[in-house]
Amino acid sequence: MSEVIVITSGKGGVGKTTTTANVGTGLAKLDKKVVLIDTDIGLRNLDVVMGLENRIVYNLVDVIEGNCRIKQALIKDKRCPNLYLLPSAQTRDKTSVNPEQMKKLVTDLKSEGFDYILLDCPAGIEQGFKNAIAGADRALVVTTPEVSAIRDADRIIGLLEANEMKNTHLIVNRIRMDMVKRGDMMSMEDVVEILAIDIIGAVPDDENIVVATNQGEPLVGNDSLAGQAYLNICHRIMGEEVPFLDLDKKGFFTKLGNLFKKN
Amino acid sequence: MTIIDKFFKKKSSGDYAKGRLQMMLVTDRANCSPEVMEAIKRDIMDVLAKYVEIDTEKLDIQINQTDSDTHNGSVPVLLANIPIKSMKGR
Repeated sequence: MSEVIVITSGKGGVGKTTTTANVGTGLAKLDKKVVLIDTDIGLRNLDVVMGLENRIVYNLVDVIEGNCRIKQALIKDKRCPNLYLLPSAQTRDKTSVNPEQMKKLVTDLKSEGFDYILLDCPAGIEQGFKNAIAGADRALVVTTPEVSAIRDADRIIGLLEANEMKNTHLIVNRIRMDMVKRGDMMSMEDVVEILAIDIIGAVPDDENIVVATNQGEPLVGNDSLAGQAYLNICHRIMGEEVPFLDLDKKGFFTKLGNLFKKN
Repeated sequence: MTIIDKFFKKKSSGDYAKGRLQMMLVTDRANCSPEVMEAIKRDIMDVLAKYVEIDTEKLDIQINQTDSDTHNGSVPVLLANIPIKSMKGR
């Protein structure tokens, strides 16, 4: 049985594509067969985050318009043999595809034997959003602890409900524990309380994310805090119970340094 | 934050953000703009003014969230607190 997951947020720039890349890679590292679909037509990004931008021949719109077969458009990941990417079209716009066509595409991919089909949704609530959620079984709503992102997330949660999405979970991204402690940033608990929705992941604001994106290599599963947080999300998606990370955890040497600073 | 700061400092910016969001989402979820809210207020007052004299100063009408089994556990509810100065004689 394959599960179709849409990663969405409403607001742009909160980390949908980074989340899709890391969760997808993480699930593949856990031996699942995974395909990532970039549904942001006209603003292609998932390919660069995955480091696969030089391998694109066909794209999503080519598949939908019948210019190629699905298998021809799927790009195999560099590192994970059971991970594939279906890139978006860069020179077309969102009206090139409709929700019915997306549903059919997802159904066709299901018969290819994928365990997980991840849809990276564009920002906004228009056509692109409607396309992305059309074939999805569950949704991951990404937000950051900022008023604008949370307000948009609330709107998205409402729209998902209106579209009868039964399984929606929250990911709070870019948490800065130093600011939360000072009272200058809403905590993960605050966000959950405001949005009244189950949380599946809390990801710290981590410099390593920028480095990983620069290199086109998702950091999921490495020893950075963000890498661990993403891997935990993957385990939770697979139905395992994993306790939430202590995002305040610092390395041994930082602690040692602080000890000397205090005295 | 030291104890002294806690007592004397104003509300932290995180708390402020949370408060603002909670207010914002109430109107967002109720799909009710401030203008609509004003119009509702005005109409309720007009109807009541036919029968009673209202203390317009202390009038308070708002849309809040209340617990429910559907819609993410909460639905909007209209709360009105309208002090009556006197009943109008028939």
